Amino acid sequence: MKAAKNLPDSERKTGFSSYMKRYWQLYLLLFLPVTYLIVFKYIPMIYVQIAFKKYSIVQSVWKMPLAKNHGMQYFIQAFSNPDFIRALRNTVVLNLLDLVCGFPIPIIFALILNELVFSRFKKVVQTITYMPHFLSWVIIYGIALQLFAPSTGLVNMVITKLGGQTVPFLNDTAHWVWTYIFLGIWQSFGWNSIVYLAAISGINSELYEAASVDGAGRFQKMWHITLPGIRPTIVILLIMAIGNIVGSGFDRPFALQNNLVMSWAEVISTYVYRYGIKGLQFSLTTAVGLFQSVVGVIFLLAANTLSRKLGERGLW
Amino acid sequence: MNNIKSTKAKIGDWIFVILCVFISLLCVLPMINLLARSLSGTDYLIRHEIYLIPKGLNFGAYSTVLSDPKYIRAFFYTVALTAVSTVVSLFMTTVCAYPLIFAELKGRNFINVMITITMFFNAGTIPNYLLIQKLGMLDKPIVLILPYCLSVYNMIIMRSFFYSIPDSLRESAEIDGASFFRILASIYVPLSKPVMATLALFYAVGRWNGYSDALMYVKKPEYYPLQLLLYNILNNINSVEVATQEGFSAPGLSESLKAAIVMFSTIPILCIYPFLQKYFIHGVMVGAVKE
Repeated sequence: MKAAKNLPDSERKTGFSSYMKRYWQLYLLLFLPVTYLIVFKYIPMIYVQIAFKKYSIVQSVWKMPLAKNHGMQYFIQAFSNPDFIRALRNTVVLNLLDLVCGFPIPIIFALILNELVFSRFKKVVQTITYMPHFLSWVIIYGIALQLFAPSTGLVNMVITKLGGQTVPFLNDTAHWVWTYIFLGIWQSFGWNSIVYLAAISGINSELYEAASVDGAGRFQKMWHITLPGIRPTIVILLIMAIGNIVGSGFDRPFALQNNLVMSWAEVISTYVYRYGIKGLQFSLTTAVGLFQSVVGVIFLLAANTLSRKLGERGLW
Repeated sequence: MNNIKSTKAKIGDWIFVILCVFISLLCVLPMINLLARSLSGTDYLIRHEIYLIPKGLNFGAYSTVLSDPKYIRAFFYTVALTAVSTVVSLFMTTVCAYPLIFAELKGRNFINVMITITMFFNAGTIPNYLLIQKLGMLDKPIVLILPYCLSVYNMIIMRSFFYSIPDSLRESAEIDGASFFRILASIYVPLSKPVMATLALFYAVGRWNGYSDALMYVKKPEYYPLQLLLYNILNNINSVEVATQEGFSAPGLSESLKAAIVMFSTIPILCIYPFLQKYFIHGVMVGAVKE
């Protein structure tokens, strides 16, 4: 670009046209994806402003009147709405539990897989444990309904056989929360271990040989070589998980929740669905969504800065 | 001395094997239980006799499902949706990833930034909904194909794979006078089979399993994909209406019928998944290592 500026006009023009003559095909290929991004990712950002405006079906977004309180009306309304506060609390609590209970498991599982010496067996284990990742949450809900049914479900049948009391896994809030966490781990631990396995395979094998020569045992090698070796990967995934602490997928909570447990099962995404798309409170729920996005970005930046301060590499 | 050490190691190995068998069982047993329940007579279910082996082997639940035009229709509709959206998505992903590996392409950085922003900031449910409404796509099957036809994450995986193909191949083809289209079609696409298979699996599974977009954007029951239909069945939504319309005698469905319907909508994935598995481990690793 800089060189082109110093050229006389005529040459710059031929420079451009010969450049286009050479590269037009690449721009043609990019046309559809860029159009897609603009239409489906950037134009919706224009609609974000209805969080600050009084929504009206007939007016264009730009012409809608500003909401009360300098446009902050819907944010104030959201934070004085007990249902939203509850959804926010549930989102954070469920995500924290997911993080504390679910985050270490794929790491441990990758370490276990890495210790398997029979490669055929290892493949079979991988195939089986990755499988739940490919089931939809509706299907998992269907499986859970059967498995945890109060009297006829397998789990409760075993519990009562062993002399225990029937456990209301899906119908009581406290049990529901743990069932939700368990099903999340069940669905994803195998799949999430892939990243760690890839990182482990990148560790220099000479390190292990040297450690063996020095007489290090299996667990010493795990602790002193494998874990430090995958530390950057762990940190990156931890940053992303922290960035997602107020984020919420829709499919999992919506599929698993039911009316009996709603006080702990309603999260922000399902709240937005119920109040926004069902209840047509577009401005309120856009404000909620915007709050969620902004807080997500702030948490991500904070986690990243913190990890860099602590001497880790971070996301960027 | 040496001997003792190697037997010790072997015992350790077996402990990990046993651990893995246990973990694998944890993943498989729920599915086996489901299968057993779907194949059992209702009496046995009520009498609490079904653990992992079906009793009173009974294909009645499956024949009910397979003879109900509602399920069969939803099944083939979802198959068609999945096929079309997988092809469209793979195409979009390829034509987005390929130009971006040319370092000399002007505007490349701009497009990369544009892509990265969408990874960190999403407009949200309602703005997306309003856009779909504005585009007039509500209640049309195309709304289940276009809005998610390009995943930025998948594009990055494909781009990483393209980067791993040596530049020299491309350059020598350019010297031989091959156009960029030609290079894409006869070098990059054939060499990228593993990543293409992986991403095809991701897109296909995403579409097959997705229900939230249909829940939000589609109101006509005839355009419900299988998973949304399944969701409504499991929750007995409109069950009275269904019962009268479809001729079921009682509202709600028997447990074994529900189990059969869940199996019915899971089977396609269980059939395809093991065959593509050898590709995706490689494909995912490429993405993971490069990032």
